[in-house]
Amino acid sequence: MYPTKYHKPDSVDAAITALSGAEDGKFLAGGQTLLATMKQHLAAPSDLVDVRGISDLSGIRMDGDTLVIGAATTHAEVAASADVNSACPGLARLAAGIGDPAVRHMGTIGGSIANNDPAACYPAGLLALNATIVTNSREIAADDFFLGLFTTALEEDEIITSVRVPACAKAAYAKFRQPASLFALVGVCVAQTADGARVAITGAGEDGVFRHEGLEAALSSDWSASAIDGVEVSADGLMSDIHGSAAYRANLIKVMAKRAVAAA
Amino acid sequence: MSKIHVTTKVNGDEVEYLCEPRETLLDCLRDHLDLTGAKEGCGTGDCGACSVTMDGRLVCSCLVLGAEAQGKEIATIEGMAEDGALHPLQRKFIEHAALQCGICTPGILVAAKSLLEKNPDPTETEMRYWLAGNLCRCTGYDKIIRAVMDAAAEMREAS
Amino acid sequence: MSTGIGARVKRKEDKRFITGKGKYTDDVRSENQAYAAFVRSPHAHAKIKGIDKSAALAMEGVIDVLDGHQLTGDGIGNIICGWAITSKDGSAMNMGAWSALATEKVRYVGDAAAVVIAETQALARIAAEAVEVDYEVLPAVSNAKKALADGAPEIHDNAPGNLIYDWEIGEEAATDAALSEAAHVTEMEITNNRLSPNPMEPRSAVATYDAAEEHYTLYTTSQNPHVARLVLSAFYQVAPEHKLRVIAPDVGGGFGSKIYIYPEEITCLWASMKTNRSVKWTSDRSEAFITDAHGRDHISTAKMGFDADGRITGFKVDTIANFGAYMSLFSSAVPTYLYATLLSGQYDIQNIHCNVRAVYTNTVPVDAYRGAGRPEACYLIERMMETAAREMGKDPSELRRANFVREFPHQTPVIMAYDAGDFDANLDQAREAADVAGFPARKEEAAKRGKLRGLGYSSYIEACGIAPSAAVGSLGAGVGLWESAEVRVNPVGTIEILTGSHSHGQGHETTFAQIVAERFSIPIENVSIVHGDTDKVQFGMGTYGSRSGAVGMSAIVKAMDKVEAKVRKIAAHVLEASEDDIVIEGGEVKVKGTDKAMGWHEVGLSAYTAHNLPPDMEPGLKESAFYDPANFTFPAGAYICEVEVDPETGVTEIVRFTASDDFGTIINPMIVEGQVHGGIAQGIGQAMLEQVVYDDDGQLITGSYMDYTMPRAADLPFYDVHHASTICPNNPLGMKGCGEAGAIGSPPAVINAITDAIGSNTLAMPATPHAVWSALQAAQ
Repeated sequence: MYPTKYHKPDSVDAAITALSGAEDGKFLAGGQTLLATMKQHLAAPSDLVDVRGISDLSGIRMDGDTLVIGAATTHAEVAASADVNSACPGLARLAAGIGDPAVRHMGTIGGSIANNDPAACYPAGLLALNATIVTNSREIAADDFFLGLFTTALEEDEIITSVRVPACAKAAYAKFRQPASLFALVGVCVAQTADGARVAITGAGEDGVFRHEGLEAALSSDWSASAIDGVEVSADGLMSDIHGSAAYRANLIKVMAKRAVAAA
Repeated sequence: MSKIHVTTKVNGDEVEYLCEPRETLLDCLRDHLDLTGAKEGCGTGDCGACSVTMDGRLVCSCLVLGAEAQGKEIATIEGMAEDGALHPLQRKFIEHAALQCGICTPGILVAAKSLLEKNPDPTETEMRYWLAGNLCRCTGYDKIIRAVMDAAAEMREAS
Repeated sequence: MSTGIGARVKRKEDKRFITGKGKYTDDVRSENQAYAAFVRSPHAHAKIKGIDKSAALAMEGVIDVLDGHQLTGDGIGNIICGWAITSKDGSAMNMGAWSALATEKVRYVGDAAAVVIAETQALARIAAEAVEVDYEVLPAVSNAKKALADGAPEIHDNAPGNLIYDWEIGEEAATDAALSEAAHVTEMEITNNRLSPNPMEPRSAVATYDAAEEHYTLYTTSQNPHVARLVLSAFYQVAPEHKLRVIAPDVGGGFGSKIYIYPEEITCLWASMKTNRSVKWTSDRSEAFITDAHGRDHISTAKMGFDADGRITGFKVDTIANFGAYMSLFSSAVPTYLYATLLSGQYDIQNIHCNVRAVYTNTVPVDAYRGAGRPEACYLIERMMETAAREMGKDPSELRRANFVREFPHQTPVIMAYDAGDFDANLDQAREAADVAGFPARKEEAAKRGKLRGLGYSSYIEACGIAPSAAVGSLGAGVGLWESAEVRVNPVGTIEILTGSHSHGQGHETTFAQIVAERFSIPIENVSIVHGDTDKVQFGMGTYGSRSGAVGMSAIVKAMDKVEAKVRKIAAHVLEASEDDIVIEGGEVKVKGTDKAMGWHEVGLSAYTAHNLPPDMEPGLKESAFYDPANFTFPAGAYICEVEVDPETGVTEIVRFTASDDFGTIINPMIVEGQVHGGIAQGIGQAMLEQVVYDDDGQLITGSYMDYTMPRAADLPFYDVHHASTICPNNPLGMKGCGEAGAIGSPPAVINAITDAIGSNTLAMPATPHAVWSALQAAQ
């Protein structure tokens, strides 16, 4: 690892100040991706601003019918939360299936979506659940937040403080694990929302997480696994790599979508 | 490079060390505290040889900064036997010969202990998935799973 | 409770491991410790035009930056392959020069051009990135077939067309004739996928030079420290043997990859002298993927002919073996004497011919990995047998039975003379345990759930304990393959066994002690095993090829024979009896049929006080032996794999894995089971999960655990392991070896099961969900 400086601010403002003052700083949340890349010399930030000492970023609560999850909440905390399990059980199960226990104990929801790994689970969950990403300066709809591979709408010096997820009783995420990394080779999150069915897919798209109109239309008119049979899922725009061709991923999207609907 | 002074508890004992910001908890355990039971098998959080618990939660110490241990409670393999008495998991690992070269064993024992503290009666599938982050190249996991099941049964009986 | 042969004795070594007190090389830290980091090529093939060290040398804490010209200038020799193979035209193999640090060219991604020595490991790694190597990038080739094609980039000047050797075994004309007359011929093209061994302990070395004594000490992750010392001394000229101590302390798995003496150990030793510092290097996992020798990587075409009764009449194989960029220590023997000599399998085949071309490519060097050649042979034969059975409409187990060797010794047409076995017994036992009779019902039940169920066989035979030395020498081996042992009975009667075998997971500290405790009737706690240090053990050939039982323990037995002879003489003298009447039992040395006895410890004491020894007897009780086996041993067995495939996703679950092995005498069944489990897990890994992938330019795609699929707990089943043994007639304990069997026997069983389930035989390893789904799609 290259030398770096470590900051542990106790407020959002102090965190922003620390990052702004750094030559090439990074927020450190769970560190499960960032520290690994730093150790491999793939990243060398001058400063690490550890956000886990900021009380405003932690905790899970209900705000009416909306779940509010602090950005520094770990996957294990989301998985175990009574509020999440009652308001949005599909999200709790998604969190419970991320990586392995060590990752779930350190990795955070804010860190995951800020990184926007194209095979991460949370982006699909939040997109399907029509979540809102709250930062220190604004609120961003999930539809506008995830912009492409490792790319989000976040500005420099902007920090995610929480995620707002509308309660959703009928939602589920089905993941087909990439066998080596345990990330999603294809992960499909389906949700029955006030605005109809939403279906978001991770692991498969060349541009990262995306919604699938055909699946959404089919499920909006008939929320059943069999409704998916007639949907054409094109391999165009899907990734091809040693773990799966685009055609295989297209197949998995349908299979996982059906399994998610069945589980929801 | 300025160093960070860290005060933390390791295996119940208060300890202090000075570390660089870039040093991981694993580096600090091995290099500053001479606790070499946790091993670096991959350095990227994928093999679990460096498993320890921090405030009771299983983590890969290679992906935690030494500085993050400030004020926390760390438990490593060296603290698993209490007053010279082996933990039931340790005994069962010997009884079943659930280890061969031994390099992954400290991490697997720490991970299994953390599972049984959370879930005293796990199914075989739950065990296999909980140990998803702990690679063993020698045993094919058969005897490991059997030893953990056996230890869990014994611990349930004793409690 | 018995601790003797056959007892499930708890492993003596485990307490230190389960308490975190194992002492591995990376746990060693010397005074005056400095750290090495290598400057590795990002290119698969390039000329080195120059190296600019200035930026690295200017960094505070950097002690030195050393390059290949300095290394060769100091007389450090090239890395060698220790087994000479002669091509069929009589020419010697084309071994290209391999310097521990490259001088003119780099030949694979990861080839080191320089080394940085610095005060900390972190700094060394950063400084290594600051060393600027001026590369002229050359075209590269990673696939062995493409490397043989016209116009392929040539990797070594002395290997035209990248061909290392073109070797054959068996009678080609007779085999061709048999095939042309066959009632049925099965033809297949079979790839044996390239693997990365991945012991969980990365390689490491700590080298310390003592200038006053002109003496070196090397702690290293080695399966064979004495061979390391010999090679470092005799070939690499690092130091004369008496000035070099090599210690392999606890070693975290090897699987073959820690047999070889790599550039890093050589460089650390040399650098410790250059810098007058203790130099430590520990690989990280990324480095392991690009420096640890890979395994397998064969492309073969095969034809097997049968008569109308299903008897094999001829077997012809053409194999291309990818050796990577350099010839590693035993690389040349793997696809020849460890592979083609096993192509008769468990079957009586009169005509076999195999041609092997070994090829350079711009990839990591390839060498022995658990099984080494034998898994490649077994996979070929057992895929052919299953396929032939399907083509001819025969039951696969009956086709095997129709061809089993049943009379021993059996001379195959490819060198090997099988000494013992009962292949029917293994197949019967496996079929019974696997409930093959109930399979159709299970298949039907699975179908109701939408799952495809399949069953596959593998009847394997392998060869362990490569020997005798004179024979392997005549085949080109540069070393003898005996083993040594020393039995030291202390004055108080406790015993130390010094062995040239090295334990890195095999449990020698337990099994070796079991045979000693039983032989001398003493508590197993009173026996300790000393290994892994060239200052303590005189010499040994190390642990690989499942040889430690059959060869290493036989050497101990031979030394114990000498101890017992002396004990009898002492006891007969003291007890005034005939040597022939002395028996050792119950912790005593007794005169048969009388109450005259000495405690075992009293014999020890007598030997060392020497107050009352027979005339002319030397004091002391310590004997050593070298054991050179008369023949290989031939472990064999039958494996049956049952799978369920989800046709929607291609996901395959192994629902049952049954093994019946013949390992000869088993010292500790609990330890043997563990060896089999681990071998099967690696075999399942090869069959379903693991594969090293290079792109056409020689860039490694699978360079981390994000892309190289290691078998995890949830990927694997419990294994149902049984034994049906025949005794090996060629060593005193009747042992055959068990370390590699699982990895050899299991891959074809798995692929035979999956292809049975999906009804398509077009499936290569690894049978990932994607591959299985694709095969299903193609078959529709």
